[in-house]
This record gives sequence, structure tokens and C-alpha cells, in this order.
Amino acid sequence: MRRMDEWANGRMNEFTNERMTEKFLFDQVSYTYEDGIRALRDVNLSIYPNEITTIFGPAGGGKSTLLRLLNRLNDLIPGRRLEGRVLLDGEDIYASGVDVHALRRRVGMVFATPVPLPMSIRQNLTYGPELAGARDRARLDELVESSLRAAALWDEVKDRLDEPGAALSGGQQQRLCLARTLALEPEAILLDEPTSGLDPISTAKVEASLQELKQRYTVVIVPHSVQQAARVADHAVFVLQGELVEEGSAEQLFTKPRDQRTEDYITGRFG
Amino acid sequence: MKNSFYETLIERLIRVTGVLVILFLALIFLFLLREGGATFFEASLRDLLRTRWYPNEEQFGLLPLVLGSLMVTLGAAVVSLPLGLLTAVFIAEVAPRWVREILKPFIEVLAGIPSVVLGFLGMLVISPLIREHLGAPTGLTALSGSVMLGYMALPTIISVAEDALDAVPKSYRDAALALGATRWQTIWRVTVPAARSGILTAMMLGIGRAIGETMAVMMVTGNAARMPLTLNSFLMPVRTMTATIAAEMGEVAQGSTHYHVLFAIGLVLFLVTFLINLIAAWTIFRQGKRYGRLLS
Amino acid sequence: MDDFPAGEAVRTIIVIAMKISRQIRQQLGFALLGITTVIVVLPILLLVGYIVAQGASAISWDFIAAMPRDGMRAGGLWPAIVGTLLLTLGTAVFAVPVGVAVAVYLAEYAQDTLLTRIIRLAIVNLAGVPSVVYGLFGLGLFVIFLQFGASILAGSLTLAIMTLPVIISTAEEALRAVPQSFRIVSLSLGGTKWQTVRRVVLPQALPGVLTGVILGLERAAGETAPILFTVAAFFLPRLPQSIFDQTMALPYHLFVISTQVPGMPVRIQYGTALVLLIFVLSMNIVAAITRSRFRAKRQW
Repeated sequence: MRRMDEWANGRMNEFTNERMTEKFLFDQVSYTYEDGIRALRDVNLSIYPNEITTIFGPAGGGKSTLLRLLNRLNDLIPGRRLEGRVLLDGEDIYASGVDVHALRRRVGMVFATPVPLPMSIRQNLTYGPELAGARDRARLDELVESSLRAAALWDEVKDRLDEPGAALSGGQQQRLCLARTLALEPEAILLDEPTSGLDPISTAKVEASLQELKQRYTVVIVPHSVQQAARVADHAVFVLQGELVEEGSAEQLFTKPRDQRTEDYITGRFG
Repeated sequence: MKNSFYETLIERLIRVTGVLVILFLALIFLFLLREGGATFFEASLRDLLRTRWYPNEEQFGLLPLVLGSLMVTLGAAVVSLPLGLLTAVFIAEVAPRWVREILKPFIEVLAGIPSVVLGFLGMLVISPLIREHLGAPTGLTALSGSVMLGYMALPTIISVAEDALDAVPKSYRDAALALGATRWQTIWRVTVPAARSGILTAMMLGIGRAIGETMAVMMVTGNAARMPLTLNSFLMPVRTMTATIAAEMGEVAQGSTHYHVLFAIGLVLFLVTFLINLIAAWTIFRQGKRYGRLLS
Repeated sequence: MDDFPAGEAVRTIIVIAMKISRQIRQQLGFALLGITTVIVVLPILLLVGYIVAQGASAISWDFIAAMPRDGMRAGGLWPAIVGTLLLTLGTAVFAVPVGVAVAVYLAEYAQDTLLTRIIRLAIVNLAGVPSVVYGLFGLGLFVIFLQFGASILAGSLTLAIMTLPVIISTAEEALRAVPQSFRIVSLSLGGTKWQTVRRVVLPQALPGVLTGVILGLERAAGETAPILFTVAAFFLPRLPQSIFDQTMALPYHLFVISTQVPGMPVRIQYGTALVLLIFVLSMNIVAAITRSRFRAKRQW
């Protein structure tokens, strides 16, 4: 059971019973692409740590865009215009002078298609830390083991850490990608349709890991189906055509949505 | 912080190298201009347009050389353009897989044969053949040059044209075949026209290669600076601009008029190939295709 | 009434005949294409074979490794071989770093601006400059203006600029072939652009880059015109001692012995041509091997 006081004073942490401060804040955020298409319109959203926030909605609605704003991966696309602010721990991550690379280490991302780097499993995991300057062999080995355990992959690969990452199965590769972000000891983990290519067993394993992970990190996931959203979410956000239509606890949103559009989407009247 | 300084430094360095390329091209032009431009202080334009090239007697008429280059290049074009196109069509559209796998590396090998080796072969093998069978006095003729050059331009033409044909979407061919066309008809009425800008580029680059070739023509065209004015001249010796530079530069006094004129010839060559490349590049950029293959 | 079935039969026969003749025409057409290809390919094979046949007898350890004697009419090619090796090495030293850097710039850093287009245009033009004009340029800039004199240094620099376009274009293609997903992943893990290039993209593109380098160097090794005025000498009593020395070189050597030395045994001429051919074609083979190993070992 969760005690919630959503709209007035922030939320309560399920594990420590303390009042939580938000991890991420979208403040009147609008985002326009080069060709004038508005991907997001006046989005106001708070995301809290130690719970799984799902951002769901029909394709092309802006969910991935919203997600990528959190680690500035959208910087790679030229010609974009951002209005409003995106805050991490109260600080605007788009302010000038912000170290984008450090940001991306604090906010990790797992993509829809697992992309192991063309190196060994071990090297995949130490890649991020080494880029950040980590040199100590012992420390790196430690990171390798702890991140693989956290991604529930350690037992399967501990004897073959020097094999290429590409030799793993699809589900294992995706857990490797998860472990890769964990090796950077981030504060938040973003997942963009992480199980879209996976079989049901691997999907279940990934979803189970998320429940473990939320205890230590802020978890934001764009699910690939409404069902997945309903399965994993603590807090759900419905985004439609760039607009934040409704948000609320998973329990409330999926059983008694307040907005008609939300209900229509959840029940499959459109999609 | 140290990291980002290093990072910006590397990025600056890399950007600078891009500009270096432009610098090199500009330098080439400048030096040719510097040494070649001095010609105009020492000889008038009229002098240069005369028909006798006798540097020892201070006669610097460029016409025999220009016409020599033109003639040999024209002959090379007659040889290489049709052969090149047909071979490219064969490789891209007709040949079975295993034949392609053999032919493609072979064309690459042909491209790698040094021009001096081809000139050597031309001198010792082709010229005697021409002498015996076509009655030319020495066999060192414009025709020999044309044939050698034609073959040397072939790899460029074939590989670029073949790339262009390959790039035509399969759907075009499938549509034509579905409408009842034979493969032959499809090739000549659909595929080749669709690839025509790439094929045109291939031809221009081949011609550019032919104009600029030095050693093979020097060894095979007889190097007599006469005015090639009749068709018969194909069986007579001739001299190209490139061969002139290569043959005479070694014996020329630095700073003399002869020296400057040779640089001026180089300048002309540079400008001609520059023009051809400009047109070829413009055609490519219009189509937005990769140009990588052209340069290899 | 009577000629109706006959008329049908005639019509059918004509239609079949036309179809066959269409088929035959097509086959003839294909045969024509095949013949042209043979016309292109066969003479080269024959000529190369001819060189091998005529020159093989001249090849011996002495021929390759000894110094020349008797005004080049006997003895070996050693200084010419060494010279070509040195020039190829010199070309690599200057052309590879610059060429790969430009390729990295074009593939990873450049936006589609006017400057980038001009750079690309410059590269295409550098590729089209005639080799003898490079020789003039090398003479004007390196030998005279910078006062390096006719030297390995001048020759290498000239050849290097000439080889740049080939290296740049193949290296750029190799870099672009590396999947974009790797770059995105590296960036999302906190990597900078340069770190991404250095640790993921370049290593993956390396075999392709190497193939391009080898092909470019192959061409540089076989060129005569650029080295005519910038470095080549026909007869040097000893091997070059420094980069400011002149040197002999195989292509130039072949040129001189086949056109300017009276009484040169034909066998030796063919032998020299064969050695040069082997030198150059073996680089072709190495490049082809690199390329196929690249395809086999790719992790994507």
C-alpha cells in the first residue's frame, strides 16, 4: 500500500516513509523539431525516485522525445527548439555550462534494440567507467560483477566475460545493456521500449529487474504496450500528440481514468 | 575540465586538416600560376598560338601540343567509352555471379598496373603490331597512344558506371519485366537511362584520366610535335602536353622562357581537368550520391 | 471457311517466330556484351602474361638484391627497389595521418555547410590533377621554393598529396559503414565525440581504412611523373643516406632503361617490368586479403 499525497506536497517514499523530493521536473516544456512539428506542448511533469514511472501512449505521441530530454540525447538532432526547463535535482540541465557527459552518466538509458558494443562482455561493462576516468583494475572488476548481478545476468555469463557481447542471445544482450548503464552507478535509468524485441520469458526477467532497481534508482520507462505499463508502473503518465493528458498512480489510472481519452486508449478504442 | 580542453583541441586539429585539403589545391594552382604566368612577360599570346614548337629556337607555339593531346584523348574516348559502357553493363546486368566475382577484382588489378609498364608494353608490343599491320613508319603513333590510353581509362569508367548501374533500384527492373519486357529491353530502356548521370560521370572521369596521362603516351606516341590535321595523322607521331612537360623539364634552365612555358602548359592542364571535375562533381551533387568510388 | 484454320496456323507460326527471334536477339545481345568484356580483359591478360614469360628468366636473387653494374646493363635492381620502398614509406608517413584525419572530419564532425562542400570538391579535384602536374608542383614548391632539393623528402611529399584523395575517400566510406547505433550507445554512456571515434568507430573501421591505404600506396609506388623532377635519379653510386638524398626508383628505372639506354638487353627490361608489376600487384593482393578478413570478422 502506498501513502500518497500527490498534488499538494510531493509524495512519500514507499521504503523510507519520508517525504520525497522530485528527481526530474518538466516545467512548461515545449519541444519543436526543425520542420516546425511540435513534438511536445506545455508539459508539466514531476518524476520521483524509488518508483517506476511509465510514460505511455500511441506511437508518435512524444513519449520517446520526452524521455530523451532527460539525458539530452536529443542534442544529437540538429535544429531543435526547447522551451521551458528540464530540472534534475532542481537544476536546469539545459543551462549553459552543464557537463552533458556527466549528465549522461547520472542518467542512463536502455534502448529498444539491444546494441552490444563490438567488444567483449567485460569491455562492454567497463567502457563507460573507463571513459569517465576509472583506472583501478580491482574497482572495475567489482563494477563488472555488481552490475551483472543487478541485471540478473551474472550467473549466465560469469565464465565467459571475455566473449564478444554480440554472442549473447537477444534477452541476454538487453540485460547486458542494462548492466552497462548500471556500471556507471547512475541515479536514474531511462528505458525506451526495452522489451519490444524480446520473448516473454526475457521480458519477464527484465520487468522483474525493474522492481529491484527502483529501490535504488529513479526508473522511467516507455513501455511497448499498455499491458506492460499496467504490469510494471507505480506511477503512470499518458501522453497523446505531444500533450500530457493525464497522470496518476497506476492503480487509479488503469482502473478509473479521469480523462475520456485515457480510457479510450487503455481500452483499445484507438491505438 | 582538462578533458574538455583536450577534446576541443582534438576537434580543432581535425577541422584544420579539412581546410588543409583546400590549401593544397590552392597551392598547386598558385605555384603553377607563379611560374607559368611569367610566360606572359616573355612571350605574347600570339607567339603561343603558333604552330611550331621548337624550344631550341625560341619557338613556343602550343597548338601542336594541344591538338596532339586532343587527338589522342579523342581516340582514347572512341576506344574506351563504348567498351567501358558495354563491359560495365555486362558486369552489372548480365554476368552470372561467379563471373562478376572474378571480373571485379580483375578490373581493380588493371587499374593498378603502373602507366610506365603499360607504356613499356605499348612500345615493345603494340607499336610493332601497328607498324606491321597498318603501315605506319615507326608504329609510334597517335593511334598507339589512343589505344593505350583507352585501355588505361577503362577501369575508371567501368567501375564508376557499374556502381551507377548497381544503384538503380531493383523495383525499376522488376516493373519493366512484369510489363513483359525482355531483359535486354529492360537494360537499354530502363536501367541504363536511369543510371545515365552516373554513367556520364564515369565517362567524364575516364576522359579526365586520359588527358592527364603522361608516361604511357610519352613512350608510345613518338613525341614529334607536328600539327595533326588530317585523319591520316593518327598513323603519325604526335606529342601531347603531358609528354612535353615530362620530356623537356629535365633539360630546361630554371627561370628561362622555356621553363615558364612548360609551367604554363601545366596550368592549362590543371584548368582543363579542374573544369571536367567541376562538371562531374556538379552532376553527382545534384544526384546526392556517394562519390567515394570515383577516387579509387 | 477453309483457310480459317490455315490462317490461324500461319499467324501462330509468325508469332512464335517473332518470339524466338526476340529471344535470339537477346542472346546475341548478351553475347556481344560478353565479347566486349573479353576484348577488354583478354589483351591485358595476354600482355601481363607476356611480361611474365619474357621477364621471368631475368629474375634471380642477384637481379633483385645486387647493385647494378655495367651502366645498368647487368647486375641488380637493389637500389631501385630500396628507393621505391623508401618513397612508399615516405608517402605513407605524410598521407596516412592527414588522410585519415580528413576522413574522420568528413564522417564524424562535418555538417552540411558550404565549407564542407568546398572541401569535398577540393578532394575530387586533387584526384583529377594529372600526375605530371603534380611533378611540376612538387618541383616548384618542395624542390625549389622550400629548398629541399631533389630529394626523398620532396618526392614523398609530392606523392603524399597525390595519394590523399584515395585514402580520404576509402577511409570515409569505412567510417560511415560503422553502424550509427554504436555512436549513440557510446554517447549515452557519457562518452564524448572524440572518445567515441577513438574507441569504437575508428577501430571498427580500421580494416577498411587499411585497404584504402594499401591501394593508395600501390598507386604511389607505381607512379613515374611525380618523381621525375622531385627525386628520381638514374644512376647513383650508393644507396640514399638521408631524406635529402636523391634515389633510384623502379618506375623511373624502367622508363630510362627502355627509352634511353642503348644496348640494353631486352630480357633485363622485361625483368624490371616484371619486378615492378610483382611489387605493385602483391599490394593489390594484400589489400584484397585485408578486405575479406574485414568482412569475415565484423561484429555487426
